[in-house]
Amino acid sequence: MTQSGMHTPHSPQPSQSPATRPLLLEMQDIGISFGGVPALRGANLSVAAGEVHALIGQNGAGKSTMIKILTGAYRRGSGSVRFEGREVDFRTPKQAREAGISTIYQEINLVPFRSVAENIFLGREPRRFGLIDWRTVQHRAAALLDSFGLHIDVKKPVGRYSTAIQQMVALARAVSSDAKMVIMDESTSSLDEREVELLFTVVRKLRDDGRAVIFVSHRLDELYALCDRVTVMRDGQTVAQSTMAEMDKLQLVTTMLGRTLAAVVHDDPAAREANLARRGKQAIAARDLGAHPKVSDVSLEVHAGEAVGLAGLLGSGRTETMRLMFGADPLERGSVSIDGATVTLKSPQDAIARGLAYLTEDRKAEGIVPELSVRDNLTLVCLRTLTRNGIVDVKKQQAIVDRFIASLGIKLRSADQPIRELSGGNQQKVLLARWLAAEPSLLLLDEPTRGIDVGAKADVAKIVRELRDAGLAVLMSASELEELTAVADRAVVIRDGRTVAELNGAEMSESAIMDAIAYGGDSSSQLAEAAQSASAAHIEDALEGDRHGV
Amino acid sequence: MKKNLPILLALVALVVLGLVRYEHFASAYNITSFWRYNSMFALISVGMAFVIITGGIDLSVGTVAAMSSVVAALASAHGGWVAVVAGCAAGLAVGVLNGVIITRLKILPFIVTLATSLGAHGVALLLGKNDAVSIASDSNFANFGQGDLFGLPIPGIVAALVAVAGWLALRSTRFGRHSLAIGGSEEAARLMGLNVDRTLVMAYAVSGLLAGMAGVILAAQFGAGQPNEGVGWELFAISAVVLGGTLLTGGEGSIAMTIAGVLLLGLVFNLLNFENGLGFISLSAYWQSVIRGVFLLLVIVLQARVLKQRGNKRMDAAAQS
Amino acid sequence: MVFKLDTESMQSEPQAGQEARPQPGSEASPQQTSSPTSQATGVRNWRRLAMQRELIVLLAMVLFNLIFTPHFWSLQTFNVNLTQVVTIVIVGIGMTLVVATGGIDLSVGASMAISGALAPMLFLNIPGPGGIALAFVLPVLAAALCGVFNGLLVTRLAVQPIVATLVLFIAGRGIAQVVTDGSLQAFNTPAFQWIALGKVAGVPFQVLLMLALVVAFAWVVRKTLFGQYLLITGGNEKAAYLSGVPTASVKLIAYTLCAALAGLAGLISISVNSSSDANVVGLGIELDAIAAVAVGGTALTGGKAFIGGTLVGALIIQLLRYTLLAHGIPDAAALVVKAGIIVAAVYVQRRSR
Repeated sequence: MTQSGMHTPHSPQPSQSPATRPLLLEMQDIGISFGGVPALRGANLSVAAGEVHALIGQNGAGKSTMIKILTGAYRRGSGSVRFEGREVDFRTPKQAREAGISTIYQEINLVPFRSVAENIFLGREPRRFGLIDWRTVQHRAAALLDSFGLHIDVKKPVGRYSTAIQQMVALARAVSSDAKMVIMDESTSSLDEREVELLFTVVRKLRDDGRAVIFVSHRLDELYALCDRVTVMRDGQTVAQSTMAEMDKLQLVTTMLGRTLAAVVHDDPAAREANLARRGKQAIAARDLGAHPKVSDVSLEVHAGEAVGLAGLLGSGRTETMRLMFGADPLERGSVSIDGATVTLKSPQDAIARGLAYLTEDRKAEGIVPELSVRDNLTLVCLRTLTRNGIVDVKKQQAIVDRFIASLGIKLRSADQPIRELSGGNQQKVLLARWLAAEPSLLLLDEPTRGIDVGAKADVAKIVRELRDAGLAVLMSASELEELTAVADRAVVIRDGRTVAELNGAEMSESAIMDAIAYGGDSSSQLAEAAQSASAAHIEDALEGDRHGV
Repeated sequence: MKKNLPILLALVALVVLGLVRYEHFASAYNITSFWRYNSMFALISVGMAFVIITGGIDLSVGTVAAMSSVVAALASAHGGWVAVVAGCAAGLAVGVLNGVIITRLKILPFIVTLATSLGAHGVALLLGKNDAVSIASDSNFANFGQGDLFGLPIPGIVAALVAVAGWLALRSTRFGRHSLAIGGSEEAARLMGLNVDRTLVMAYAVSGLLAGMAGVILAAQFGAGQPNEGVGWELFAISAVVLGGTLLTGGEGSIAMTIAGVLLLGLVFNLLNFENGLGFISLSAYWQSVIRGVFLLLVIVLQARVLKQRGNKRMDAAAQS
Repeated sequence: MVFKLDTESMQSEPQAGQEARPQPGSEASPQQTSSPTSQATGVRNWRRLAMQRELIVLLAMVLFNLIFTPHFWSLQTFNVNLTQVVTIVIVGIGMTLVVATGGIDLSVGASMAISGALAPMLFLNIPGPGGIALAFVLPVLAAALCGVFNGLLVTRLAVQPIVATLVLFIAGRGIAQVVTDGSLQAFNTPAFQWIALGKVAGVPFQVLLMLALVVAFAWVVRKTLFGQYLLITGGNEKAAYLSGVPTASVKLIAYTLCAALAGLAGLISISVNSSSDANVVGLGIELDAIAAVAVGGTALTGGKAFIGGTLVGALIIQLLRYTLLAHGIPDAAALVVKAGIIVAAVYVQRRSR
């Protein structure tokens, strides 16, 4: 769809520098609800042509919903969307694509076995006499990538190349379809610094060509390296729109998390210090853990009778760290020791036998067995201990189920109910009970309060504190700092797969944690080095000895 | 090319064995009758290749061929060409039905084609009244299966043409390339804007059509439509496709290598016949299914190793317990 | 560790009110925290009625025949219909277990053929009760080995179950054919054939055996650790793995049991026919078994195992065939109808999730 209209300049919004470029996209006052629950209220997003625009916010902040509305996957409930100066209402992804809006996802949406050239033109292959004209396809693909400074063999399967190259091929696909706006949704989550800089070279070129790029990412250094302006979303609203230059890192983090420096809630440094003084011996220690792609260098330890908070933004590698400690994934580097002795955990079974428990982040995918009853779900881990001669002792099972339903305050109709009928909060309590019934000595909790209602959040926090007091070792990962400070005695901060700070007892406050997330172990200097060493002309050399095989 | 080496070597080895050991192996008679007979299997294997490439499977090709043979035999009273068209159309109809149920009702291809194979068998029996149906004696239909054109068996020419067309389609048509893309990642294909449903229906339609064609050749070659024939044909096709290096998970495949697979499986049968003829040992025809099974197993194991290397997360291997 | 937790301050919401999630037909329920056991029996009965749909269909067909088919209600009709389904149900039990793990077993027919080929060779050549005993044990063991083979391919090499069991589907029957050279072994050995032909109170022993196996395995699924692990592995394999369930062992056992049961069915089949023909024993049984499982309500995606449902499913299909036959419709048509039923059953299952 070509547009030959004039872009009408817009008057600037308050608290935003005057727009110097014509606005390509204006989303104003967007609202949408799902099942009566509002996901977006009065959300705004304005992007100019020739600009790289950062769209950031924590989980559930609404940025994915905004993008889905923009790309036609959802239909907005209220508000207006103007693209190239005209009011638009995309009802299908196809319409958005045809209007010139392309999306690049974190999971590469290319077909790995097919060649680079074919992926770029898939669905739009040029034909001669009804048959695909491969020569033209390859020629154009190579020319396009050359203009990016990327000189690779376009006939090779795209899956053979590194993730960074694949992202660039995805960008090339967007460009070849004359995209005016490219949305990059967490495209750099699985890339390392060198690859990220390679990708950025291409993105900058897109910008210089007059296209607009919306860049969604949690990696602060990247945002500052690449983007011109930023929109911050929180709780379904746009809370800030500004140029990157006008907002420093700490401001950014606090705006995202919604905590001002002054507001301090539930901060009891004295109690934390007391807990730490009381703690028992070391239950688990992780040293120099590393596993591609998310974990590069993590070290931490947890003692009996203490609750350690694992802090960091989404995508920083916290879940991956816990999985490594639990034996769910193989370690590439480093070691784990339990009760002082180094162990090699080959599977979760091993870990469970040693008294570990792991409450996963994603209830639906890795937690509940949806069709089975609450009873069956609750006794899942301890089931073996309830059997004699292979037969499950139903009385004992019922007793445990009753006990935990009572002690954790799980609200349900009957223990025979399929677990999927329970609310998120109650499901989470069942899962927690599942692990507690196995009488573990160490609890790994991954976002235990995610996606559950406020009351349940408070309950879970209370339970965890009591477990800690009873002598369990607890490692709890949470993106919401308020949850962390309500429970933990000290915090370990992880950023981009590395432990960057440890804050103990009195040192630990929300502001201190945010500071560590923003600045701790600042790697912006590393990024600059990578930029220098990987100039466009040497991209192929840089890829030599690439570890990605198919 | 590297991964095709084992099957090509095996093929060469078998051919050499045949040349060296059996006097009439290289005779014109053996070659043409081999080609004529295996043309049916070549057709269904090409169709199966397309379906497997999209990540699906078609268990109905055997009974659909049987059903089409009956349809063709019945229609032969109206002329040879009518019989050919009728048989092919019957196969095409079932293929389209498969595709539509799979894409609209979103049921697994395995279940749907299992069901249609039952249904086609039933239809074949009903049409033939539980018996073989002789083709009309005054029609030229038999020529389609038993005759020659320029000295080459007609079914063989048909199979060769279809193989070439299939190769070309996979290589250079949108249908072929989109089939590969969908098999590689249906999610990605959808997000890239490809019309996945249409391509899938076409793939199953092609498979049905080629099964119909195979049935037509069956009737013409043996003089009768046979409702109970076709048992195990889908296995032959699947084996040929897998032997040819196509991954059962879809996304990659080669028509040429599928034909190599057909040749390999056919040669096993052919050589066994010769060996028995020599009289030194008596290897019953039953050995052929065992040997074919062993080939399949080897290929599966090799494929599994390759796939395992691609993913290293513990959960996928599920081997530790 | 005993956790004394302060329950009075527990504040969480009882049902999914705040989250926008579809609730499958949930009635307005009282928000109680009283002991769940008092509610348990009521809900348990409700769950048993999950097989309601299939039972209703079956009862409807029985009713139809009672009204419209002469001589339907007789011991003879009863026996004829039940014996026809015995092998299907026994194989179906094994298939239900495998399907519950999210897999499938196409090689059951081959397992039947192998055991059916081995048995006569044993009892015809080894005299006395020893021969008979061996003829029961060894063939089933041989079939079980086939199951181990399948299971190893699926768990150790992560091969798709369809593909893995395809190997024996192709080669297994061939092995039986090679061993017997494709020839028929006819026999008349009442001591062995009693398993199928013997009668207890007028009911063929094979029927009693079938019913006993159905009850036994239904009990295993409901009451034993293995049964629970089976459902959990199929219900959410990731969650099972992360909770320490030995998913690989569970699957291996399922495939082994499935093949062993098929082996048993093979023994019954040859006893009924007084002969063993490796070309024919168990031919097409995998389709019948899968159909019985699907129609019986067990989801083909895994996580559920309705052993009783498989029995009902097999009976429905058998009764259908019988009804059509009794009213002059050719058997071939029954195939077409069967095909339709399978698709319909799977579709309905998907919709009701």
